Amino acid sequence: MTFVDLKGVSLTYRLGKETTLALADATFSINKGEFIAVVGPSGCGKSTIMKLVTGLLPASSGEVRVAGEKVTGPIKGVGMAFQNPTLMPWRTTMDNILLPMEVVEPHKRRFRSNRAEYEAQAMKLLQTVGLADFARRYPWQLSGGMQQRSNLCRALIHEPELLMLDEPFGALDAFTREELWGVMQALWLEKRFTGVLVTHDLREAVYLADTVYVMSKRPGRIVLSRKIDIPRPRSLATTFEPHFVDLVHELRDRISQEHA
Amino acid sequence: MSDLRREALKIAMPWLATAVLLIIWELACIAFDIPEIILPKPSKIFTVFVARFDILMAYCWDTLWTTVIGFLLAIAGGLLLGLAIGASPFVYSGLYPLLIAFNAIPKVALVPILMIWVGVGSLPAVITAFVISFFPIVVNVATGLATIEPEMRDVLRSLGATRTEILTKVGIPRAMPYLFASLKVAITLAFIGSVISETVGGNNGIGFLMLSASARNDAPTTFAGLFAIAIMGVLMYAICALVEKRMTRWAFRGEIVG
Ligand SMILES: Nc1ncnc2c1ncn2[C@@H]1O[C@H](COP(=O)(O)OP(=O)(O)OP(=O)(O)O)[C@@H](O)[C@H]1O
Ligand SMILES: [Mg+2]
Repeated sequence: MTFVDLKGVSLTYRLGKETTLALADATFSINKGEFIAVVGPSGCGKSTIMKLVTGLLPASSGEVRVAGEKVTGPIKGVGMAFQNPTLMPWRTTMDNILLPMEVVEPHKRRFRSNRAEYEAQAMKLLQTVGLADFARRYPWQLSGGMQQRSNLCRALIHEPELLMLDEPFGALDAFTREELWGVMQALWLEKRFTGVLVTHDLREAVYLADTVYVMSKRPGRIVLSRKIDIPRPRSLATTFEPHFVDLVHELRDRISQEHA
Repeated sequence: MSDLRREALKIAMPWLATAVLLIIWELACIAFDIPEIILPKPSKIFTVFVARFDILMAYCWDTLWTTVIGFLLAIAGGLLLGLAIGASPFVYSGLYPLLIAFNAIPKVALVPILMIWVGVGSLPAVITAFVISFFPIVVNVATGLATIEPEMRDVLRSLGATRTEILTKVGIPRAMPYLFASLKVAITLAFIGSVISETVGGNNGIGFLMLSASARNDAPTTFAGLFAIAIMGVLMYAICALVEKRMTRWAFRGEIVG
C-alpha cells in the first residue's frame, strides 16, 4: 500500500530576484512499512525532499500525498531528525528528547501525570545509543556525535509512523555508526514504520534500505531506483558478501557519472 | 603571580579604581584651592553623607521604590509588547515605527505634561521611569523572537505544534537571555527617568533633595545625593546581572574549569 506519494514535485527557493531550482520533477512512492534511502551529490535537494514530504515547505509544483491525503502544511505523526541537530540549548538532553511527548497526542495529555514513565522510556532509548550518563547534561556539553545521537532519539521517542532521517550518522566514527545501523534495523524490524534515510554512505544505504534512490546533481532528479533484495536481518558480515559489495559498486558508478 | 592572587586582584580592582579617582579629586581640590560651592572635596561629601544619612535614606527610599515600580511595569509591558511584535509581522510593521518615534522624544519634555495630568508627586516619577525603560525591553524581546533559528521552529512544526506551543516552547525561552540583557540597561534608564521627574517637578525623592540643596548653594549635599544615586544604580545593576546569570545559564554555555 502506498504511504508516501510524490508526483512531479519540484521546488524553487526564492529570495528576492534570486531563484534556485533545488528539485525537479521528483516522482516516486514509498509503501507503508518500507524503508528507503536517498543518495546523491551534495546540494542536489535531498534535505529539500525531506521538508516537502513532511509539509515544512510547500511544493512549487506537483503533488505530495501522505497516507492518501494531499500535504498542504506540516503533517502529524512524523519523526524527523534534521541534518544539524537543532537541540534546544536551554533543555537538558532528557528534556530535549521528551519534547515530542509534550506536543504530540495522545502523549501530550498524559505527559504531566505520567512523567516518570516517559522518562524511563527515554532513558531506555538513550541507553541503546550509549548516552545514558548524559541525560542530565545540556546539549552544548555534548560532542557533535553525541548531539546527533540525541537528535536521533528525539525523532524516535514518540514511535512515529513515518521516520525521516537526514544524515543522522554523519558525525559519527565508523564503529559507532555501524553499531547504530544494527540498532536502527532492530527498531524497524520491531515497529515496521515507514522510513526515509538520507545519507552519503552507500554501505549504510544498502544495509538499511529496501529501496535506494539515486539523485542527479542540482536540480535533483531521481536517476536510479534500486531494490535491495538482501534478506533481513542483515549484519556486518553481510556487508562483506559479494552481492552486497556489487550493489554498493553499482550505486557508486551511477553517482560518479553525476560528478563527471 | 598565583591564580589566587590574580583572582583577588580582579575583585579588588573596581574598589582600587574608585579609591584612586577619589584621591585625585581630593588632591586636585586642595592643590587648586577650588571653592567648596563649585566642587566640594570627597572627604567633605562623605562627612555630609554620614551626618545627613537619615534624611538621605528617606529620600533615597522614595526614589528607589518609584524607580522599581516603574521598572517592573516596564518589564511586564515590554515583555508583552515585545512578544507581540516579535511573533507577528503585522504588529511589527504597525507598531515599530510608532515606538521609534516615541522613543526619540526627550522624556524631560513629558514631565510637565504628566504633571498636568496626574499632579505633582510620585506618580509622574513612576510613569517617567516606566516610559524611559520600556523601549530597550521591547526591542530586545522582539529581537530575541525574530532571530530564532528557522530550524528550531521546524522541529516543532514537524511535530504538529500549534503557534502557541511554538511560542511557549521555543519563542519565550529563546527570548529570555535578550530580556535579561536588556534589564541591566533598563534599570539604569529607570533611575534616570525617576530622578529627571523629581528634578523637573517633584516634591520628593533624591532628585528633589538635590534641587533644593543646590538652591541653597549647599553643594556638599547635592553631591552626596549624586553619590547616593550612583550607589543605588550600581546595586540594582548588580542584582539584574545576578538574576541574568542565574536564569540564563545556558546562554553563557557554562564555564571551563581550569
Ligand atoms: N533556504 C534555502 N534558500 C535558498 N536556497 C536553498 C535553501 N535551502 C537549500 N537551498 C538550495 O537548494 C539546493 C538543495 O539543497 P538541499 O539542502 O536540499 O541539498 P542536499 O541534497 O540536502 O545537500 P547535502 O547533501 O549537502 O545536505 C542547494 O543548491 C541549496 O543551495
Ligand atoms: Mg542535506
